[in-house]
Amino acid sequence: MMSAPSGPGLSIDSLSHRFDRVTALEAISLEIGGGEILALLGPSGCGKSTLLRLVAGLEAIQHGTIAIGGRAVSAAPGLNLPPERRDVGFLFQDYALFPHLSAADNVAFGLQHLGDAERRKRVGEVLERVGVSALADAFPHTLSGGQQQRIALARALAPSPGMLLLDEPLSGLDARLRHGLADTLLAILRETGTTAVVVTHDPEEAMYVADRIGVLRDGRLMQFGAPAAVYDRPANPFVANFLSDSNRLNGIVGESGTIDTGWGPVDSGGLPAGAAAQILVRYEGIGFGGDGAVRARVLRSRPIGSGAVIVLEAADRPGETLYARAPAARAPREGDCVAVTLDPAHVFVFPSANAK
Amino acid sequence: MPADSPVATLNASPGTVSAPPLRPARAVWGLGLAAVLSAVLLPIAVVLAHLFVPTGDLWAHLSSTVLPRYVVNTLWLIAGVGVLTLIGGVGTAWLVSLCRFPGRRFFSWALLLPFAMPAYVIAYTYTGLLDFAGPVQSGLRDLFGWSAGDYPAPNIRSLTGAIVMLSLVLYPYVYLLSRSAFLEQSICSLEVSRTLGCTPAQAMRRVALPLARPSIVAGMALALLEALNEFGAMQHFGVDTFTTGIFRVWLADGSPAAAAKLASVFLIFVFAILVLERRSRGRAAFHNLSIRYRPLPGWRLAGWRAAFAVIFCATPIVFGFAAPAAALLWWTWLSAAEVVNADFVRLLITSVALAGSAALITVAVALFLAYAARRSASRLFRGLTRLAAIGYAVPGAVLAVGIVIPFAALDERINAFGADVFGLSPGLIFSGTVFALLFAYAVRFLAISYGAVDGGLTRITGHMDDAARTLGASATGVVRRIHAPMLRPSIAAAGLLIFVDVLKELPATLLLRPFGIDTLALRTYEYATDEQLVEAAPSALAIVLAGTLPVILLSRAMRRSSEPREAEGVAPIAAGAPL
Repeated sequence: MMSAPSGPGLSIDSLSHRFDRVTALEAISLEIGGGEILALLGPSGCGKSTLLRLVAGLEAIQHGTIAIGGRAVSAAPGLNLPPERRDVGFLFQDYALFPHLSAADNVAFGLQHLGDAERRKRVGEVLERVGVSALADAFPHTLSGGQQQRIALARALAPSPGMLLLDEPLSGLDARLRHGLADTLLAILRETGTTAVVVTHDPEEAMYVADRIGVLRDGRLMQFGAPAAVYDRPANPFVANFLSDSNRLNGIVGESGTIDTGWGPVDSGGLPAGAAAQILVRYEGIGFGGDGAVRARVLRSRPIGSGAVIVLEAADRPGETLYARAPAARAPREGDCVAVTLDPAHVFVFPSANAK
Repeated sequence: MPADSPVATLNASPGTVSAPPLRPARAVWGLGLAAVLSAVLLPIAVVLAHLFVPTGDLWAHLSSTVLPRYVVNTLWLIAGVGVLTLIGGVGTAWLVSLCRFPGRRFFSWALLLPFAMPAYVIAYTYTGLLDFAGPVQSGLRDLFGWSAGDYPAPNIRSLTGAIVMLSLVLYPYVYLLSRSAFLEQSICSLEVSRTLGCTPAQAMRRVALPLARPSIVAGMALALLEALNEFGAMQHFGVDTFTTGIFRVWLADGSPAAAAKLASVFLIFVFAILVLERRSRGRAAFHNLSIRYRPLPGWRLAGWRAAFAVIFCATPIVFGFAAPAAALLWWTWLSAAEVVNADFVRLLITSVALAGSAALITVAVALFLAYAARRSASRLFRGLTRLAAIGYAVPGAVLAVGIVIPFAALDERINAFGADVFGLSPGLIFSGTVFALLFAYAVRFLAISYGAVDGGLTRITGHMDDAARTLGASATGVVRRIHAPMLRPSIAAAGLLIFVDVLKELPATLLLRPFGIDTLALRTYEYATDEQLVEAAPSALAIVLAGTLPVILLSRAMRRSSEPREAEGVAPIAAGAPL
């Protein structure tokens, strides 16, 4: 793995962009090394696709700099290297296959510089690699979504770009196909050392494929770091909640440096005594059993896939509920009264938004 | 929110966030659009201006004598053609799309055949078939031993005759649009209404018809605009309408200004139809013509019902196409030796050259407009490009008046200037040459080519352009490798439709023909005016044969669209044809 060739790094510096009056991106700076996979994660309309298009050169830069492999490709004002000279591949969410060309001709589109024999050979290789050799002569409208996706991937990979840009590559596929394609994609990226930027709104997808995650909201970079770091140490309530569903509680930091949430004491995480705090408790951060003092009644416990979603009501405070997730085998039954504990690894304390 | 957002304050280097400077390319698109728009709107503006221009005694005379007759005849025409095309078009469309009976597949494309028959050709043909010496009357006399006066002979050369003739060839507009409307709504609503307990007839009345109404009205509007435009049939039947009136005032009374005044009143009728169509369409501003087929819960007809369906569908095909086409074939057989000579070949070449040039020009302008709209993010700009299609609604005779008046004025100036300065007059450069004719064709048929080309262009998504760029194609490479091959079918279809429409066009051609120019349509008209209906057949037949080409194209599009996955390239043909 270490000896594999490595694509160019990507460096983005104080990038801002707006459409008419609407701010799409604001002061984005981030950097990834060659061969790394960056996931841009955020809700729809957060600017992540615009960022991808700017990197590809499909959008003219307005402010800031983008460098690929140490070479500035977009720099305001005036430098906009055209997309065809950036050595990037782009995988579109709607695949954007050319309907007048067969699958093989789609893949060959970016191989104009090769001779006929070489081109045919390369097309065959790439189709084989993404597992759709049998579809070479098919036309796009005869293919299923998953097949079109693989052809589009083959087309983007065929010219061996140093960097691959992927716009929601897996969102159009059903869950079964998704993992298969994700693994194909990862394996190819690893073995060719291709740098990649994946835009997604799905945190699990981001965590699964990425070396670095940048979380975007309303055009701002909320947090940038390794997946584990972003998951374990979210920088703000938005990131904490976006990466995994959380309960939101409020409390005041007590003299002892802990906060009484009503569901057990929580460490203030350095907030001064008397400060108003908001506490995010992930669904999976709630444990059952033991002989804790906090007791709750199980209102609902429903298996969903391999886990169960559980709704708890505080035993002494009717109407106050908490959501939890647990492996189905260990989920309490509806109507039970259980002891509840909070796992500190899944509890995050931030200054209250109202306090500011 | 602070007025100066963080981006502006971040922005150390000046001018980076402001819009890019107006580039010359952008100005070119804008200027081009302005040029096309003024060309399209000029004739309309000239004609409308004559509403307010005093034209003296002649107009006073006209408005007190013939104008009321024109208005009454036009209203009867609208009512008659409206009702007949509604019954014929919607009835046949409902039968072939929602019922199952013998011959349904054949009827579904054959019902388009009357499209190939220009109204004046069918009018001439029936005159020949039904007059005293014609095969119908003489056949009846032979059969029953009658002689003249023994039997009632309906007079085809009347307003009623004109309404029947026009309806026979114009109902396909209503048929085509309502058929695709029925097919589109099929699964979503008809099955639901059936599961809610509606009988097929109830489903038709309560669901299918209301949903299809915008399309039906759009089809009727197209048919009525064509009916108002018709000159040849009206002239031959001696029915006075605005179109024939414009000819008489212009050519017999020699007053283009009075003709323009007549045309301006005429335009009010045209715009009324457009406005009514718009209003009834309401918010369903687009009728989607990408006819995707879903297996329909067809109502199986048997017994007398099936027989009725077959007769109902066969009637317009027999009388609107088969019978007149057979007559034309027979007469061509009779007169070919005499009529089809070197002169006829010259006629053919002139017609093809004229129609071909008009097709080239019109498609080129449509391409320009479609790309201008694609490039622009501005709603106003896109709206203006669509305004350029208004010419399809303007009757050919009106267009001719609106073109000749300004062009003649321009020529007069040029000649006066030439005489003053150089002592020579260059002649009628604009008004007396093919230029005026091609100008009229381009204005009138721009909507057809624009519809087809724009439809083709919208199927090339922005992401396809982007994908091609990231795969190494330059901007011109994208046009060459993606746009050109993907647009080719639309461009070919647009060119063919315009070619055939120009070949058939009569009123504008007749009014604007330069000296010495003769076409198939003109020759047909001239023979028919001399009552030489048999001699008119070869040129008429040539026009009908050319007219079947778009019908074949349309029926192929319909057949392909009935495969599970539609071949996307064909929709513009369907979209363009009805205009």
